[in-house]
Amino acid sequence: MTIVYEDRGDETTADVPVRRIKFTINGQKMIAEVEPRLLLSHLIRRGLQLTGTHMGCDTTNCGACTVLVDGRPVKSCTMLAVQADGHEISTVEGLAGPSELHPLQEGFKQEHGLQCGFCTPGMMMAAKALLAENPDPTEDEVRWALSGNLCRCTGYQNIVKSVLWAAEKLRGSGA
Amino acid sequence: MYPSRFSYEAPRSLSEAISLLHDGGEDAKVLAGGQSLVPLMKLRFASPELLVDINNIPGLDYHRADADGSIRVGALCRHADLERSALLKDKQPVMAAAAPLIADPIVRNRGTLVGSLCHADPQGDWASVVTALGGHVVAQGPAGKRTIPVASFVTGPFQNTLAYDEIAIEAVIPAPNGTPAGGYLKLERRVGDFATVGVAVAIETSGGRGGVVSRAGIALTGVGGSTINAAEAADALLGAPLSAETMERAADLAAQASNPRTDHRGSAEYKRHMVRTFVVRILNRADGAGPAANGTAAERAA
Repeated sequence: MTIVYEDRGDETTADVPVRRIKFTINGQKMIAEVEPRLLLSHLIRRGLQLTGTHMGCDTTNCGACTVLVDGRPVKSCTMLAVQADGHEISTVEGLAGPSELHPLQEGFKQEHGLQCGFCTPGMMMAAKALLAENPDPTEDEVRWALSGNLCRCTGYQNIVKSVLWAAEKLRGSGA
Repeated sequence: MYPSRFSYEAPRSLSEAISLLHDGGEDAKVLAGGQSLVPLMKLRFASPELLVDINNIPGLDYHRADADGSIRVGALCRHADLERSALLKDKQPVMAAAAPLIADPIVRNRGTLVGSLCHADPQGDWASVVTALGGHVVAQGPAGKRTIPVASFVTGPFQNTLAYDEIAIEAVIPAPNGTPAGGYLKLERRVGDFATVGVAVAIETSGGRGGVVSRAGIALTGVGGSTINAAEAADALLGAPLSAETMERAADLAAQASNPRTDHRGSAEYKRHMVRTFVVRILNRADGAGPAANGTAAERAA
């Protein structure tokens, strides 16, 4: 895998440390050669071209870049790509099946859980981890679990409703 | 943003990690949860030449109680592990109260208690909690292990007493002699923000709740240039059962020990007042039969 950087004139091409890593992304096994300073979010967006994971603040605040690492939500702008070695990454692209939306995606559609949509992938990945651990959360528990993800449009009401909608659907389907 | 260039090693044993640090000299840095270090590196406030990632070292992700009742937290135990811990809920109310208030739920999945102590941010929550509990850090270096009380481990803002080739491998909370009680309260503008004010109170009473206070610790977050160990305030609680007078006295002394600055989070006067309020609030609950003081959503809004 090749990742192309902007040349800011402050780097030479010699002595760039590169490491080879193996990881799984949305169920697919991959090998990548990465510089240690490459962030996981950059590997996902630039290297794998999976641009559903968004970069919002780039300072560990907003949660738009949330992905799952071995099932746990993590801010991918605050983890090095080399640290994905041997681990399983899930992004928003892995949610939908071949012909149908994931209940979370359906829930955000039904309950109008997004306006601009920028925070939505991070919200859904954080919610996915919550529902895996707690299939029948209260409204408070949903708000608590999403408290590391910022939304600047919706005031959160419909996001919380969307997650509760998805929880109910997932329980109904026995998934 | 991305960090400046560095070399990266992910050793599989502590001894290997220590020799890498030894060879790396002052420009090497340990990477555990990375939730403070990686942002600092992205902002180029930190530019280590070598990162020694300890995440692949087995056997450091524990937290457990020893036979004598002291609690050990390994260097790779995440905040989220402590938040979900049945052991802490049962045995260590102050830590159980603090764990859900660290950063935000996503950051808690990576960040570690030991890393937070090492980072020594004056606004870090764990340093106050572990100081109030009289805990210590176990450091391992080429010459072996040594134990450092947290109160002297943190020497100033972002500074600790570790040698360049030492790794903090665990934090230890000593076993209580009496019945432990207390809590941690944090005022924050929103989840994930640094504490406007944080207060940790840990007491032990002999003969169960309502008994004579046999040990007390009070420490403050965000109201000084470093974590504040309000020892005089804690001493005011000793030797008598909790009463309105001792609580008020301790709260006044804690407020006096604080040294807050007026900033965008609030005025110095307001912060000092909140120190006082939080000390009384935690002690009132420690005295009653109710649950330990912790930060529900309503608490944070208070």
